[in-house]
Amino acid sequence: MLSDFVSFTVQGLFLGAAYAIAASGLVLTYATTRVFNLAHGATSMVMAFIYWQLHIGSGLPTWLSLVLVLFVIAPLFGIVLERVVMRGLGDAPVSVSLVVTVGLFVFLVGLAQQFWPADKPRNIDYFFGYDSFPLFGVRVSYHYVITIVLSAIVAAALYMLLNRTRTGTAMRAAVDNKELLELFGANANRVSMLSWAIGSQLAALAGILLVSYTGLDYYTLTFLVISAFAAAMLGRLSSLPLTYAGAIVLGLASAYFPGYIHGGPLIQTGLQSSLPTFMLFAILIFVPQVRLRVGQVKGILAANVPTRQRTLVSAIGLLVVCLIVMPFLDPTNMLRLGIGVAYAMVMLSLVLLTGYGGYVSLAQFTFVGVGAAVVAKMDTTSPLAILFAVLISAAIGALVSLPVLRLTGLYLALATLAFGQLMDKLVFQADFLFGFGGTLQAQRVSLLGYNFNNTRSYVVLMLLVFLLMGAGLLVLRRGPVGRLLIALRDSPAACGTLGLNQRWFRVAVFSASAGMAGLAGALLAGLQGTVTPVAFATLQSLPLLLVAVVAGVTSVSGAFLGGLLLMLLPVIQATIPSLSGLVFLVIGVGAILLGRDPNGLVNVLFKGLRQLEPHLPLPPRLRALTAGPPAPAAEAESVPEAQVAGHGVA
Amino acid sequence: MTEYQGPAPIGTPPILELIDLHAAYGRIEVLRGVDLLVPRGAVMALLGANGAGKTTLLRVLSGLMPSTSGDVHLSGVHISNATPDQLTRAGLTMVPEGRGVFPNLTVEENLWLSSYSGQPVEKILTNAYARFPRLKERRRQLAGSLSGGEQQMLSLARALASDPALLLLDELSMGLAPLIVESLYDSVAEIAEAGVSILVVEQFASSALRVSDYAAVMQGGRIVETGEPGEIESKLNELYFGGAA
Amino acid sequence: MALLEVTRVTVRFGGITAVNDASLSVDLGTITGLIGPNGAGKTTLFNVITGLQSPTSGHVRFKNDDVTKATVNHRAKMGMGRTFQRLEAFGSLTVRENIQVAREIHAGARNWFSFRKDPKVDELIEVVGLRRYVDHRADSVPTGVARLLEMARALAIEPKLLLLDEPSSGLDEAETKGFGKLLQQLAADGCAILMVEHDMDLVMGVCDLIHVLEFGKVIATGTAAEIRGNRAVQAAYLGFSDAAGIPIPDDVAAEATAIIGAHSASETTMTLPAVETERR
Repeated sequence: MLSDFVSFTVQGLFLGAAYAIAASGLVLTYATTRVFNLAHGATSMVMAFIYWQLHIGSGLPTWLSLVLVLFVIAPLFGIVLERVVMRGLGDAPVSVSLVVTVGLFVFLVGLAQQFWPADKPRNIDYFFGYDSFPLFGVRVSYHYVITIVLSAIVAAALYMLLNRTRTGTAMRAAVDNKELLELFGANANRVSMLSWAIGSQLAALAGILLVSYTGLDYYTLTFLVISAFAAAMLGRLSSLPLTYAGAIVLGLASAYFPGYIHGGPLIQTGLQSSLPTFMLFAILIFVPQVRLRVGQVKGILAANVPTRQRTLVSAIGLLVVCLIVMPFLDPTNMLRLGIGVAYAMVMLSLVLLTGYGGYVSLAQFTFVGVGAAVVAKMDTTSPLAILFAVLISAAIGALVSLPVLRLTGLYLALATLAFGQLMDKLVFQADFLFGFGGTLQAQRVSLLGYNFNNTRSYVVLMLLVFLLMGAGLLVLRRGPVGRLLIALRDSPAACGTLGLNQRWFRVAVFSASAGMAGLAGALLAGLQGTVTPVAFATLQSLPLLLVAVVAGVTSVSGAFLGGLLLMLLPVIQATIPSLSGLVFLVIGVGAILLGRDPNGLVNVLFKGLRQLEPHLPLPPRLRALTAGPPAPAAEAESVPEAQVAGHGVA
Repeated sequence: MTEYQGPAPIGTPPILELIDLHAAYGRIEVLRGVDLLVPRGAVMALLGANGAGKTTLLRVLSGLMPSTSGDVHLSGVHISNATPDQLTRAGLTMVPEGRGVFPNLTVEENLWLSSYSGQPVEKILTNAYARFPRLKERRRQLAGSLSGGEQQMLSLARALASDPALLLLDELSMGLAPLIVESLYDSVAEIAEAGVSILVVEQFASSALRVSDYAAVMQGGRIVETGEPGEIESKLNELYFGGAA
Repeated sequence: MALLEVTRVTVRFGGITAVNDASLSVDLGTITGLIGPNGAGKTTLFNVITGLQSPTSGHVRFKNDDVTKATVNHRAKMGMGRTFQRLEAFGSLTVRENIQVAREIHAGARNWFSFRKDPKVDELIEVVGLRRYVDHRADSVPTGVARLLEMARALAIEPKLLLLDEPSSGLDEAETKGFGKLLQQLAADGCAILMVEHDMDLVMGVCDLIHVLEFGKVIATGTAAEIRGNRAVQAAYLGFSDAAGIPIPDDVAAEATAIIGAHSASETTMTLPAVETERR
């Protein structure tokens, strides 16, 4: 049917045009500053809210609201962003720059939740309402036409800027060599500020154009970033024409898809919304290999590894403190402690992956979900269920990392994000797992005939598993594997010339990390009894990563602290609803601040404790524990997080 | 552009004066008290073995790296912690080691960017093409596709575009054939005749000494000798091959 | 058949030809020098040999296998070890751990979960003379020490061919002498060494064969004595050109010969500064 086809095509072009605007902003900032802004979509979202506030909330005319957002607020936001957050980040390792932009992502979501609570629906009409004109027998909205025209104008303007102005030429030059640009007499910082200003403007424009189509909420526009990634990836994050082409293809595909392919709700909504993710994944797989680069090697300050004896004393100390605290916990808090311990195990998987290895996973909770789902599906009390959960998670982790590990950390992180989205939208909701919006029941494991029916005993089991994992990780860190991880992070080129096959080593590390997350999921499923996929959404993985970094992703005690903090987040939000956004704000800011210090809060706490120590009336034994080794480097493995535990669940 | 008058008379401040300049990479001190005086209008060759600190000195002087202590005066003005772009606009610029051009921009775009130094772009293009006609032929080519010598010409042309009072040259000859090096140094001599003071770091000592008024030797992060090019040339062997003849 | 044969290798970056139709070979049990002015393409050639850079054309044969397309790690497993001009020591590990890691990579994954001490680690520390620094973090030691560390690390994989990129810069006179002896010992034990080096005393003193590279081309190959008398080499080093048609005055040529030729007999070597500084 021609009219259907025309109607889908126009809609697809509209979507593609809007994606193209968003994607070109992403490419511009990446190509000129080497920071991949994961919060690009979140910027669109916040700008759309601000536009709503000005236009609908304060009743300003459309044109004035647009001018304010596009030409005042968005550029200012970009400039502040460059100055406060992004400057110098382009030279940082991906594990730092990505975490900082994830921090910004969560910060912006928190900001929106804080200022525009979900207490009422907010809508923004199409420009010119539903006015339209006929074309081949369909009504074409002016809003669509405006978007398509604006997109073309943006393309032309960017082309002119980059090729026909000195400033744009300087932007292209800045990527190659910032120092040289300064020798030429240009102020390189001002050039990158301008890139961020324009990047934010384009994010805002895309947000405002799309918001009347998608609706105004916290997440739809925020995840627009995936469509933009997919389009930008086609242009290898550098070519604007290819980026535009990618965006248009994506837009058309997402318009034709629901029009011509019919199926159940899973196919309809799930597959359609995962189109950008599919495309992103496919493109990532075909991007060519990156060469090993020889460059100046910098050692990274990392937490000291505690001795065997210290590990043992700390572990027993933690266990004892928890055992003492437990009798005072009511069932709710006991459950929370258990959740905290499970999260702490997930954090441990990040200690291996991010803290030691320097890789970023943006979908660690998805592996938790896999572990939980496997246990629930096996529906047995046999420990084999847990074993299977670990193995399957690890195998999936290997599969995800296999195609992309020859690339740099950025691509691996994006691949995990794509993977997480696919699992959310397709696999978890499929009938063979949870079903659409469904839940599963899981049984607790029984060991040697002992059933952990009592929650307290089950939490003690989880605690033991956590301690074993932590101790195992430290043994690994002290041994060859730990040294290899650090060596590979410091100089991949040198590892290569020593004969290390890096791809398999990395796959193994990623797979082990996924397996650890799967184990956490398997135990969590048993603790809660009821498993829902919502708990493992990709969106949960971002705060997970941030809390891990904030608490300290290089140490086991950081992981424990992080687990408890993450467990407390929803508790705080439920207790004081007015603070729900604020919590995200704090974590976002924390990640932005601490992102550059991999040792995190736990390190700060310990340093502070050690300074205070001479003034504290501590018993000598504890004193011995908090006393650091003579080495000046950060020391992080010790006991007192148990205090946090007690405090947290009381 | 003025006729070269020889070293300036006593009383005018030297174009460059360094007093006890120190700089370090992290904990490793690389410049350990550099004292140096470059007279106005002079060409000074800075020689020394690998690792003596020559390139570091040029990086500090051009603002790419901070000094830890000590003073730098440009024409009597204290410029110790100025940024590279400020220095370029103030008349001090460097042609860095390797190729000081943007490979993914065309020749003309490279020259266009040098107008950030404050000079009008028309003047820059006219002067550059007059001095290096080859660049005019190649003006629409990407700088990365030029030969090494042409890139170095472009790099020189860019530096001259800022109308510098003092030019720092780091290893112009790197990877270039001797004949090309010779012709580049002919250009350097012309530039000096036009009144630009030049501090040149060079491994092809003979080429650099040929156009120099003075030479200084750097060793272990300090200037250990200064003198006439002829005197210094006789010590080349020590510098380059580590043995006395 | 030579252990390593580089045949007509050319590397172009954009319009720049970094290595231009270069051929050379290295035999077992010999020390081969690769000298030439800065920017002549020596490090690029090293990268081609070890697989960090693929050549635009040409072949690399190692142990009679064509390894032009082999991965970096495969070549290492075959017995190529190397050091880097811009140091690539593992900065956050200690000196001992650096060598341990190399041994562990060499031992293969099967041995990553055993915690047995490898006696070879201490042996290497002694051989290279790093005992004083074993517990220092690698990013905190002076450049000369870091170069020795890279050398020890390369030796840890028991290479048949050792590629050294400016190994002596940052060493003092006595250390350089000791280093020369070490190289000769390694060669006597059957290892082939290819070395990029600026210290002519060292090169002329220990190398069995010297290749001179200038703007990507091998312009001369010969023994120390042959290289000393070679005009093209003098031109390359001092910037005089006879190849380009500018005649070299006899007195200048004599001086150049004196410069390149005289030092090996000399006793008073200038002490190099303890730290290497020319980094970007």
